[in-house]
Amino acid sequence: MAIKDLARQELMHPGAGSCPGCVDLLSLRMTLKALGEKTVLVIPASCTASIECSYPKTPFQVPVLTMAFAASGAAASGVAAALKRLGDDDVNVVVWAGDGGTYDIGLQAMSGAMERGTNFIFICYNNEIYSNTGIQRSGATPFGAWTTTTWTGKSEQRKDMLGIVMAHRLPYIASASPSYIEDLYRKVQKAASIKGPKYLEFHTPCAPGWRFPMEQTVEMGRLAVECGAWPLLEAVNGKVEFNLRSKQILDGKYERKPIEEYLKAQGRFAHLFRPERDEKALAEIERWLDAEWEHYRQLASCGVAAA
Amino acid sequence: MTTMFDVGNKVAAKAVQLCRPEVIAAYPITPQTVIVEELARMVQAGELSAEYLCVESEHSVMAATCAAASMGVRTFTATSSQGLAFMHEMLHWASLSRLPIVMINVNRALGPGWSIWVDETDSMSQRDTGWIQIYCSTAQEIFDTVIQAFKLAEHRDVQLPVMINYSAFTISHTMMPADILSQEDVDAFLPAFEAYWRLDWRNPVTFGNVISDEYAMEKRYTMYRGMEAAKQLIPEIAREYEQTFGRYHGGLIEEYRLDDAEYVLLAMAAIGSEAKVAVDNLRDKGYKVGLGRMRVIRPFPDEELRRIGKGRTLIALDRNISVGSGGVVYHETRSAVLGVEGCKVYGYLAGIGGRDVTYEDIEGMALKVINGEADPDVVGWWDLKDTGGK
Amino acid sequence: MERYEADTTISYPCVGAAGKTGGWRDFKPVIDQSNCIKCLRCWAYCPEGAVLRGEDDSVSIDYDYCKGCGICARECPKKAITMERED
Repeated sequence: MAIKDLARQELMHPGAGSCPGCVDLLSLRMTLKALGEKTVLVIPASCTASIECSYPKTPFQVPVLTMAFAASGAAASGVAAALKRLGDDDVNVVVWAGDGGTYDIGLQAMSGAMERGTNFIFICYNNEIYSNTGIQRSGATPFGAWTTTTWTGKSEQRKDMLGIVMAHRLPYIASASPSYIEDLYRKVQKAASIKGPKYLEFHTPCAPGWRFPMEQTVEMGRLAVECGAWPLLEAVNGKVEFNLRSKQILDGKYERKPIEEYLKAQGRFAHLFRPERDEKALAEIERWLDAEWEHYRQLASCGVAAA
Repeated sequence: MTTMFDVGNKVAAKAVQLCRPEVIAAYPITPQTVIVEELARMVQAGELSAEYLCVESEHSVMAATCAAASMGVRTFTATSSQGLAFMHEMLHWASLSRLPIVMINVNRALGPGWSIWVDETDSMSQRDTGWIQIYCSTAQEIFDTVIQAFKLAEHRDVQLPVMINYSAFTISHTMMPADILSQEDVDAFLPAFEAYWRLDWRNPVTFGNVISDEYAMEKRYTMYRGMEAAKQLIPEIAREYEQTFGRYHGGLIEEYRLDDAEYVLLAMAAIGSEAKVAVDNLRDKGYKVGLGRMRVIRPFPDEELRRIGKGRTLIALDRNISVGSGGVVYHETRSAVLGVEGCKVYGYLAGIGGRDVTYEDIEGMALKVINGEADPDVVGWWDLKDTGGK
Repeated sequence: MERYEADTTISYPCVGAAGKTGGWRDFKPVIDQSNCIKCLRCWAYCPEGAVLRGEDDSVSIDYDYCKGCGICARECPKKAITMERED
């Protein structure tokens, strides 16, 4: 898969309402290229509402069911059931939820849809905050990050969402980053080729929310992977494989960049360095990162139970 | 035509089966559970061709139901009490989406403490959600109303969801006879559903994005118009059903022995049928009493109440309470008949939390009013025990 | 497209649903075509779909909708895109 091989077809019209440099929109644009027009999107309350624009206009060239915050998994089950009745069940049913709509308020409905075997792809675009409501902490916010509900930095580590989803024993789970666009595209197509519930999570840096210049958004996503703050992996029937840089890190072929390089590039972590270094918090971040990679190492070596 | 002798919930499930829903999403809750168990059995036994979704909460029930209906297929579900309360957000979703979902709500008290007994506060709490609300008193009425409800909800001028309500246990779990129509008869009365909008990749639209104040008010207005149309269509469809199948349970209000009545009881669901016995007994004793059995609460039958209320005393019996205000039927009736010549309205709260309300209780309330022992400006609590000064 | 009869929040696809978003721009990307190697990274990484891909994989900017985020300039391996202040 090379960039030249990405579909030419654009299913997002230009002129959407998202912030400049938004990789939620970039990820959507690429996902729809990968899926094609036979797709129905279910979108709970999230930043994507700004992409949807205002009635009576929309940039989407596939059908979109805007959904209540907590309910997108259940709505996907309803869409899939109706498609079956209509004899249209080769249509991709895709939830497009933020981390709030996945890790937090959307968790129950997502879990239910996965358990009942709904034929759909749940995609979480994870910008690690409630960005649409103005940068509040979510279950995906990393330790130490400033948000408008954690003014002195979040005091808990993020939820292991991939672990929670793996416990559902799905046929396909992947994490990706729009900074590695061919990998993201390939994973969407892979998910679409498999029947049953699938989960994809895209790490989507948010320039206004994380406090960095918008032109660096794609670089920030790449840096997250290079520093080990975000893994690229996929699990087919429970067998976990890491991809690209993340695989190289595990194979000892690439040394994780210092996490401070990533932290210092974002205003949300500025208080960890000014007015003086918060050694305790920085040590906790290092400890957690090492533990994560030890966990990844175990996942790569033994996988999880098969679907 | 065959006759079923079964509990209200089983008769309801039979009616739903004959209406050919395409997608049913359900979550169990006493006392409606029998309905969704029976529908699941029908689907699994091949007696009903539908997709049956066992979802993980009532909020998800209504989300899945709205989603399926948004794809353009006929849908059904059932709930009670806490389940209905948990659905609240999605009830607004369904009506604002103009989806003709039909749902049965078996009226049950809200906790805490846990109570599975009848109380209509659950559905009354949802009366601002844009759902048509119909209340049934017998298994036969449930059967006939389910079929009429799909026709009503799917009518071009309505396009709103319908909630059919009836009483926990006294109706849901009580054996009653009901005449059952054939599939051919139901198919002829209720044609296949043609959606007024749908999500289809061949004609891709975005549903439910941001709407500004420039447009939002008119969306509510056209919903309101849908409700107004329902006021006309509920009696019309009931009469069409009567002409076709010979059964009629009333329009917005079933009028019972009203001709020369000076006092009119207003009651619904189980109390509504019990009140007929009370009316007969009071008539036997020479009192000019009749009954307006409230079949429909949304749209509220203002015009009918003004007509019925002219020169009469209305006695509203509420098995629901808006704490801080009183019974909903009492207050809405007072508002409806404001300025109607010679009309007085009294209100009683009775049977709250499932306490039994017998015909003797109903006669007792009527006699209090007739004998001048009641105050029209104070809501009466019938059969209230000593609360020890609290 | 078929227009549906129901009166609810149904929106129809169009270009510029949020208006001509090119007006949001402070800096505009300018491509030095002589330096372009047609790698298409700017096309792929533009969130907006505002980098147009020609039949021959040459690229150009749709200034009506480019919001001027500058990702294309940062992702160009040949530094063939510069961000110039709008007048």
